[in-house]
Amino acid sequence: MDWIIGFIFLLIKLLVILVGLLLVAAYLVLVERKFLARLQIRYGPNRAGKFGLLQPIADTVKMMVKEDTVPEAAEHTIFKLAPAVVAFTALLMFAVVPLGSDITIGGYKIPLVITDLNVGLLFVFAMSALGVYGVALGGWASNSKYSLLGGIRGAAQMISYELSLGLSLVPIVMLARSFSLVDIVNAQVDYPFILVQPVSFVIFIISAMAESKRIPFDLPEAENELGAGYHTEYSGMRFGLFFLGEYVHMQVLGALTAVFFLGGWRGPLLPPVLWLFIKIILISLIMIWIRATLPRLRYDQLMALGWKVLVPAALVNIVFTGAVLLILN
Amino acid sequence: MSSAFEAVTALATGFATTFKHLFRKPITEEYPEYKRPLPARTRARIILTRDPDGNERCVACYLCSAACPVSCISMQSAQKANDRRYAAWFRINFARCIYCGLCEEACPTSAIQLTPMFETCERDILKLIYEKEDLLVDHGGKDTEYNFYRYAGIVTDLGGKGEHVKEDQPVNVKSNLP
Repeated sequence: MDWIIGFIFLLIKLLVILVGLLLVAAYLVLVERKFLARLQIRYGPNRAGKFGLLQPIADTVKMMVKEDTVPEAAEHTIFKLAPAVVAFTALLMFAVVPLGSDITIGGYKIPLVITDLNVGLLFVFAMSALGVYGVALGGWASNSKYSLLGGIRGAAQMISYELSLGLSLVPIVMLARSFSLVDIVNAQVDYPFILVQPVSFVIFIISAMAESKRIPFDLPEAENELGAGYHTEYSGMRFGLFFLGEYVHMQVLGALTAVFFLGGWRGPLLPPVLWLFIKIILISLIMIWIRATLPRLRYDQLMALGWKVLVPAALVNIVFTGAVLLILN
Repeated sequence: MSSAFEAVTALATGFATTFKHLFRKPITEEYPEYKRPLPARTRARIILTRDPDGNERCVACYLCSAACPVSCISMQSAQKANDRRYAAWFRINFARCIYCGLCEEACPTSAIQLTPMFETCERDILKLIYEKEDLLVDHGGKDTEYNFYRYAGIVTDLGGKGEHVKEDQPVNVKSNLP
């Protein structure tokens, strides 16, 4: 009986988080367009509804009803599957993010996280690495030179930055003594880890932006060289899935930054879920601000930054953190 | 070390610049609510004007039609009882017009003129074909005074030989012999 009730609660949690993620992703697009527009002294979308609030709905309807073309020369099965991989891995990453402490409903203790994996951090990396397949295979299966170049760039970039992303979080694991995201948040009761790991935070943010292919690192799409990069040949809702994946990824990275460095759902006065949401939006706004400011890196600069700056800096940071922890204990 | 400092200051300057722009008023002109006043000589919708006496200026000389690079003007000339020429029908295909203004330059009577009115969009492309009654207006456009027949040396109801503006009396060729 307990098992069935637990299962029902899990399904409810899944539904709430899935709907929430998709809804926030849709409105994050609007927030990005409006905020970016204001940074470029424009208004942004303001025609569909008051302040353009119906724009995401209009966009979704447009995506749904647009013709879904598959190029004749494309590898059909892989072409059709690739967008799903991107959206699916981005959504799955959120499964290990804790939204609050345990709550009790009718005598049942419900943890506010879909699953508290004891290797949650590794799961996040695994999903992030799988996401590369969506980009690389989508680019390859399109059978178009722009898509192929975009896919290759995406694969190279994401594999390079995966490394610094992982290494930047090793000090966090050392401090929290756990791979579980719930334990990492619980370890930040006294102070958020950004205060003791600022270098790690900077490396994580830069790598995370490269992972999510956002503007200073958007070489896989590079619209002025590659058309639209790996999703050049996609249309309709398949393109929509790539788009959705990107914005869900943005939220997930905001949530992960919050969990690893900003104390997750912890905060005064407001409810935990709201605190996490505020932190996600804050990180997203900073990412948009960066997008409005910095131009795209050249391919060699991108690789040089990843391998020659971020990876060594992360390694030094690990050694330094280890030494300090050893002395303090 | 100095290069690292330079890089950081450059980045900070960039971020400060974009942040300052966040608080500026957007420069966007929101079109249907605000219509920018256009210069009087903006080239858009074409009209056929009338002379100060209220007669049609167009003499159906076909010069505009010939000058038109996209051949969007067509007409049929005819003659009135008072020897004035006019267009029996006059048609401009605005779906094809490129608003170059060459017809206006070619016109000897200032009949065809371009106006700043540009909101001519239609759902049905055939509605963009304007007939003479759609084109004809009851004013002189940019040149209200000009009346072609007061200057041209043709005998009409406005005057015979030698009676037009700046026209000398006809020379008697026989008295002019050496």
